[in-house]
Amino acid sequence: MLTIFYAVLFYVATLTFVGGLALRIYQYATTPAPLKIPTTPGPTTRTGVVFRMFREVAFFESLFKSNKWIWVFSALFHAGLLLVVLRHLRYFTQPVWFWVELIQPIGIYAGFAMLIGLIGLFIRRIVVAMVRYISSPSDYLMLLLLIFIGISGAMMKFVSPVDVVAVKQFFLGLMVFDWKPLPSDFPLLVHLSLVALLMIIFPFSKLLHAPGIFFSPTRYQVDNPREKRHIVAWAADLEK
Amino acid sequence: MTEETKTINHDEYLDPLKMAELVPGCMSELHSFEAKPEHQEKLGYPGGLVDDWHDKAIDKMGDLVSKYKGLRVFLDSCVKCGACADKCHYGMGTGDPKNMPVARQDLFRSVYRRYFTTAGKYLPKLVGARDLTEDVLDEWYNYFHQCSQCRRCSVYCPYGIDTAEISMAAREILDTVGKGQKYCNEIIGKVHELGNNLGLPDKALRATLEDFEEDLEEETGLEIKLPLDVKGADILLVTPSADFFAEPHIDGLLGYAKVFHEAGATWTLSTTASEAANFGMFIGSYENMRKVSLRIRKAAEELGVKRIIFGECGHAWRVAYSFLNTLAGPFDFLDRRYPVPQHICEYTWDLIERDIIKFDKSKNDEYRLTFHDSCNVARASRMGDKPGGQFDIPRNILKAACNHYFDMEEDTIKEATVCCGGGGGLLTDDLMDLRKKGASPRMKALSNVRKEHGVTHMAAICAICKSQFAKVMPGYDFEIDSILSVHQMVSNAIILTGAIDPVEDDDDDEIPAAAPDAAATT
Ligand code: HEM
Ligand code: SF4
Ligand code: SF4
Ligand code: SF4
Repeated sequence: MLTIFYAVLFYVATLTFVGGLALRIYQYATTPAPLKIPTTPGPTTRTGVVFRMFREVAFFESLFKSNKWIWVFSALFHAGLLLVVLRHLRYFTQPVWFWVELIQPIGIYAGFAMLIGLIGLFIRRIVVAMVRYISSPSDYLMLLLLIFIGISGAMMKFVSPVDVVAVKQFFLGLMVFDWKPLPSDFPLLVHLSLVALLMIIFPFSKLLHAPGIFFSPTRYQVDNPREKRHIVAWAADLEK
Repeated sequence: MTEETKTINHDEYLDPLKMAELVPGCMSELHSFEAKPEHQEKLGYPGGLVDDWHDKAIDKMGDLVSKYKGLRVFLDSCVKCGACADKCHYGMGTGDPKNMPVARQDLFRSVYRRYFTTAGKYLPKLVGARDLTEDVLDEWYNYFHQCSQCRRCSVYCPYGIDTAEISMAAREILDTVGKGQKYCNEIIGKVHELGNNLGLPDKALRATLEDFEEDLEEETGLEIKLPLDVKGADILLVTPSADFFAEPHIDGLLGYAKVFHEAGATWTLSTTASEAANFGMFIGSYENMRKVSLRIRKAAEELGVKRIIFGECGHAWRVAYSFLNTLAGPFDFLDRRYPVPQHICEYTWDLIERDIIKFDKSKNDEYRLTFHDSCNVARASRMGDKPGGQFDIPRNILKAACNHYFDMEEDTIKEATVCCGGGGGLLTDDLMDLRKKGASPRMKALSNVRKEHGVTHMAAICAICKSQFAKVMPGYDFEIDSILSVHQMVSNAIILTGAIDPVEDDDDDEIPAAAPDAAATT
């Protein structure tokens, strides 16, 4: 029963996540940008844009210019999250890839970094009047969701270990539609439910910033309007 | 402006970027004059609020979101991190939390969420979504006319979310349902009708230019021309109409004329394109912006020029540099060895580099100068072929023309520049309170550089900035003429071949006085 419930939950979550995100990305990619609006000074070549985007995604360059506290917490959280996600690949691969093996020990510190970052962001949201003013319930809940994912994960590692081999069997089975029993430890069930929830709300929430940044005209456009005429279909129609 | 800034203590350091204490709603009543039916209808908008405004507004929102990638991505992507919250000069100056860029966006985003997103349709409270009501429409009107579309917030947002784009979209929706702003729409109507923002007829323009020629001859002994509608000239100069009628703008125009003269260029102004400004951008209307731009293309074709050069104007340069090729291009009929269009500063700096024009810097020794980066030039355009040329070229010109140049604090100049407070369609007397408060970050930085280096004057390359500063500077103990055109410095110091030595004390009063409040309308 439990196994079936979680199996179905993860199919639904994966479908929503992948389908929803694909739809969003398709929408962003196909919506025209009629005018050149890069924030200048900006790169004048495609290669330059690739570097600008890399700096934004890898180092949060603009955020660094803007606010060092948010940057520190955000970097801890996102870098932590990235490593934790990569570390989780070991549950989905057999044999485990070499480099996934390699990052296992770092993954544990990454989990703490992520939690520290998240808690920092949460406190900031409550304490700083300006940020409190702009926060909706969903903004707090999103952070709480991630914090509880982190805490339930850490519980399994440090407080009441679960049978990770069985968990791995469950997920490997899911991928080939051969369902294996899922252990029923409480922290595990909480952890998995919250992760599924995160995947489901991803395409409907502000988490769209992750694909969004790549489609932000102020960042991806090349600063060359005089050299190259930029015109989209609906604007060209006006010329007829 | 607070009481204590009125009696400036010249020794005190003022933190330019300090956020005023948050006072919710303190600017909520500020409602600039709405457009009259005749202003609206000239631009193709309904004369007053239409009966089905609600559905029309939502339809328009859907239309805009499907036509503008930026708008869609910006509306979806904001994580409410607050990085932009203290970056707006209106937020810093007023303390109204709705003047924080993210909160300003949210006035619009909350409605978008309600009608266009799953979460907002079913769980509006959770994600801060709300219905579009007449009160919301009023709130939009008030706060989207407290944004100068300066893009400072976009620099600091991790995703480059540009509140200016959202202001433009909101204003376009307001226009579409019949709730336009008088200042912008009246001016756009004048451009469509008469070719310039001031509503200046061609006879008056011609007479003014002839007066300038006489003044220049008296000053220099040379026949320096300000040609109008000359077919076959090489260069069409398109400049803000304030350059014809208001101080300190006029001195900049005389500077351009001297540069062209010394370079031996043939150039002309045009009556039908006697305005560089394009307020179509302020109201977010592609169609209006295009129509205003096509006028320039037409003038260039009719006059048979080879190049188009723009005079000193911030948002005009944004439209020219970033959009003109899109809106009115391609410009294959022009000489493609030169960028289309060029900025007058690019033109002058090139001549300086090639030693074609030279300066007697001592002529400017009475000035201790700084430079205000106009935000549209700084964050939405370029000069020269390198990123950042828009910062270096005007400074290089100033340093070539005068001996005493000092920059303001690093976090208030270049890409971090703070707006003058009057851009984006806000340069109207009914928004004076906002304009003064919004100018405070820049004015504090200016006061600091006065304390530090004894700076007496500030140069700018934007008609709006110049008019705005002329209004707000006295509040900080600066003379009203402390704001200058970059080309006024050029004009003072340029060495003209064959010129008579100018009479000392050649005072400016001979130049026709500014038309009453001409400054306030450009
Ligand atoms: C391309 C990948 C991504 C980039 C470049 C990116 C970047 C950022 C940046 C710059 C911020 C703002 C600073 C902050 O408040 O932390 C942010 C916030 C946030 N990100 Fe990401 N992110 C990415 C992927 C993700 C993913 C995959 C998740 C979630 C599972 C996520 C969750 C969040 C959350 C919840 C916030 C808001 C934090 C708060 O409430 O203060 N991000 N992201
Ligand atoms: S564009 Fe400028 S005026 Fe508008 S919100 Fe951003 S910083 Fe403020
Ligand atoms: S900086 Fe960008 S993402 Fe952060 S609150 Fe402002 S607009 Fe939203
Ligand atoms: S008036 Fe000047 S400073 Fe203000 S928005 Fe325009 S260019 Fe920027």
